[in-house]
Amino acid sequence: MRSSMFQLLRSGSASRASLLRRGYSSGAVPERKVAVLGAAGGIGQPLSLLMKLNPLVSKLALYDIAGTPGVAADVSHINTRSEIAGYAGEDQLGQALEGSDVVIIPAGVPRKPGMTRDDLFNINAGIVKSLCTAIAKYCPNALVNMISNPVNSTVPIAAEVFKKAGTYDEKKLFGVTTLDVVRAKTFYAGKAKVPVEEVNVPVVGGHAGITILPLFSQATPKANLPDEDIKALTKRTQDGGTEVVEAKAGKGSATLSMAYAGALFADACLKGLNGVPDVVECSFVQSSITELPFFASKVKLGKNGVDEVFGLGPLSDYEKQGLESLIPELKASIEKGIKFANQS
Amino acid sequence: MSPLVSTLHLYDIANVKGVAADLSHCNTPSQVVDFTGTSELASSLKGVDVVVIPAGVPRKPGMTRDDLFNINANIVKSLVEAVADNCPEAFIHMISNPVNSTVPIAAEVLKQKGVYDPKKLFGVTTLDVVRANTFVAQKKNLKLIDVDVPVVGGHAGITILPLLSKTRPSVSFTDEEIQELTVRIQNAGTEVVEAKAGAGSATLSMAYAAARFVESSLRALDGDGDVYECSYVQSDLTDLPFFASRVKLSNKGVEALISSDLQGLTEYEQKALDALKPELKASIEKGVTFVQKQAVAA
Repeated sequence: MRSSMFQLLRSGSASRASLLRRGYSSGAVPERKVAVLGAAGGIGQPLSLLMKLNPLVSKLALYDIAGTPGVAADVSHINTRSEIAGYAGEDQLGQALEGSDVVIIPAGVPRKPGMTRDDLFNINAGIVKSLCTAIAKYCPNALVNMISNPVNSTVPIAAEVFKKAGTYDEKKLFGVTTLDVVRAKTFYAGKAKVPVEEVNVPVVGGHAGITILPLFSQATPKANLPDEDIKALTKRTQDGGTEVVEAKAGKGSATLSMAYAGALFADACLKGLNGVPDVVECSFVQSSITELPFFASKVKLGKNGVDEVFGLGPLSDYEKQGLESLIPELKASIEKGIKFANQS
Repeated sequence: MSPLVSTLHLYDIANVKGVAADLSHCNTPSQVVDFTGTSELASSLKGVDVVVIPAGVPRKPGMTRDDLFNINANIVKSLVEAVADNCPEAFIHMISNPVNSTVPIAAEVLKQKGVYDPKKLFGVTTLDVVRANTFVAQKKNLKLIDVDVPVVGGHAGITILPLLSKTRPSVSFTDEEIQELTVRIQNAGTEVVEAKAGAGSATLSMAYAAARFVESSLRALDGDGDVYECSYVQSDLTDLPFFASRVKLSNKGVEALISSDLQGLTEYEQKALDALKPELKASIEKGVTFVQKQAVAA
């Protein structure tokens, strides 16, 4: 059986042969439209490529304020199932969104060295608000995958916009935290010296600094790492984004790993929609597992989006402390988002 | 993302630290290492099995791939000199345009260094095959995943010759369809350059095609006996020293050239083959002359 890089997009499900060589009977795989908002950007371009390679996608709409005709022409030459269309400018946003099953939003500006995700709030909050207004109008039943930072605030902003439009479905709004999980897995595998493909680590809380809480006490395969290692891994996972912002020295933030993680999560959403059982991913969603209105934890994905929100499971003392410290900051970010959305 | 890669060395003259930090966070087995600038080029190549070269400048609207020659020829020459000195047994995948010339440039450099192995030098033409597959499937309403069209010749304009008569699964085309599809495949690169309106040439589809060709090479290196790809290689299938055709890959590189593809051509294809040869010949000679005019750095 030929192994192929494209198999990694199939997170854990039955392995198939290289997508390039074997046929799929088209009757078995439902038609699914995915829209990428911000497709010409640093994350949007590699994300569009990875979504074009996903055999679960039948239509791929690439939207941005500019540059999308070129990206669409480029990607359209790839010999995979999905039909591509590029849309540029606000007057084409509706067409881009119509009929979408999943909308992925990487739009906005990235951090520069020294900035926090919250520093992006002023620009990105406005962008997210207008994109969500259009989603409510043109594809209110779509699963929304929010990548635009600060996710801790942009997800609540989206919720408020959808509530005002009367279209809010809390099962269909996701802050994408998959990159934190990817980082936790990678760093853990390195420290514990286990094969990274076998690692599982839940990451809960939010998507910025200390609101990112990796639960290494629940990591598998078990490694009995000493406390200093757990602390170092936790900090590194929390600062993973900053690590890349600094290495890029002003040229941007994580794009390639974010595209990879974004594609993984979108793939999980599509599998859930298609009725694949037991699709579980961490995501920042409306949640009642803590006192906060939004919280990231493991969720089961199904035909209507979130099927089940899982609890945190048993926490170590260190993790309990981490949880306590993150709550005030996450609360403030959520409230900042809600306030902004209600302001105009 | 490829499970076939254990170590990934990223080299460029700048910005590669950021790319490596970014990629290194992906939870996939390969270790990513970055190397910046000519002082680190040699280390980046030690122990490498496959060297992929997308370096250089891309086209802007109105340019041909040959217009890139002056800048890219020098870049390719120095990179291949380093390959010769540090990993002479590696497979070399040449993406830098104009491929029709940069592959002969590479060959001359490797010859002067005494390490040339024609079985291991590949001009990457996979994107032409990918485009041919896509356009044919769309035109004939076929399931994309099953379509395979061999593309021979070179990697620029009319030197790109899709053998539509050899499409699998077998399908019939009208004469207008042959003409339309052939021209579209030949100009597809230009199609993207124009759509990007100055912002560059094909990057994403090129990356995809290059990754596919790397994976095929890695499978062949790992002993898979059933690996076929089109590639621009040293060849005796025609009177030209380099020619793209389907090749069988093995752990030695090019195991065999698939000569049957050039038999039983349609009239249209035979004419196109005759028409492409002078241009391809000129591009090859331009590359060879470029190297022979200069001493290869010791």
